[in-house]
Amino acid sequence: MTEHIFKPAYDAIDARLINYLQDGFPICESPYRQVATQLDLTENDVLTRLQTLLDDGIISRFGPLYHAERMGGALTLAALKVPQEHFEQVTEIVNAFSQVAHNYARNHELNMWFVLATETQQELEQTLIDIETQTGLHVYNMPKLNEYFVGLKLEA
Amino acid sequence: MDFNDIDLRIMRATQAGLPLVAEPYQLLAEQLNLPVDVIMARLRAMQQNGVIRRIGAVPNHYRLGYRFNGMSVWNVPDEEIDTLGEQVGKLPFVSHCYHRPRHLPYWHYNLFAMVHGRTQEEVNVQIKQIAEVLGESNRGNNVLYSSKILKKTGFRSGNKT
Repeated sequence: MTEHIFKPAYDAIDARLINYLQDGFPICESPYRQVATQLDLTENDVLTRLQTLLDDGIISRFGPLYHAERMGGALTLAALKVPQEHFEQVTEIVNAFSQVAHNYARNHELNMWFVLATETQQELEQTLIDIETQTGLHVYNMPKLNEYFVGLKLEA
Repeated sequence: MDFNDIDLRIMRATQAGLPLVAEPYQLLAEQLNLPVDVIMARLRAMQQNGVIRRIGAVPNHYRLGYRFNGMSVWNVPDEEIDTLGEQVGKLPFVSHCYHRPRHLPYWHYNLFAMVHGRTQEEVNVQIKQIAEVLGESNRGNNVLYSSKILKKTGFRSGNKT
């Protein structure tokens, strides 16, 4: 058996920085300097490291994380039970909807799971109906009823 | 709901992220032709009322070395789910933890926890740890792994996370 040894392209300081930023970035005149002080780094270190982490795709975004639902937008997770012989065709139909932000094949009878993001709740409901109509499949709609945690803690 | 036109402008200007300059809010203020105090006050207000979850980094699990990403799903009693969800969400390897509706009789899982490991073995251990937290309240569970990313885009304007 071949062991894949994965060497992450970030170091312990990056991990500390990412973890620190999970708890929220300050809103003040020189926020990067404030973070730097907390982590015993220089302001330039923080800026350079963040830029490198973004360039390397280790973090996909840095900035305010907006809550779609609280701005009038709507979000849901939905699943389909797609017959294997129609999988490609259904993938094309579902992906063609601009409201579908992510779509994953998963190893379950419910084998297609996608996230819908819309500007309004009404648009969300209409999109679910449209997907059912176009695919001929029942959509299992699983909007979040409660959120307990969103974030990530890295081993530093 | 307290979400005004200034908020919308700030949101659009930061959709791609916060500028990586020493004084990012000052730069936003110049871009939007607004006083920096207003920018900072509105950002604080949006954080307070929950429009902004937080200002921070969104990590890419796969690039961080977590190649085994499982959606673990659990059937727990509805009356206990809030307590249990909080506990599961506190586990260090859980990145997202939600209560979602069942679809009976076919789908009876109501607690979703995304877990991330560097190896399959690591994820198996994490699943056991969640099971331990849930104890006898666990009436059944499953782990769904993604076999393929079929689509992954940024969210459209107005939607994120």
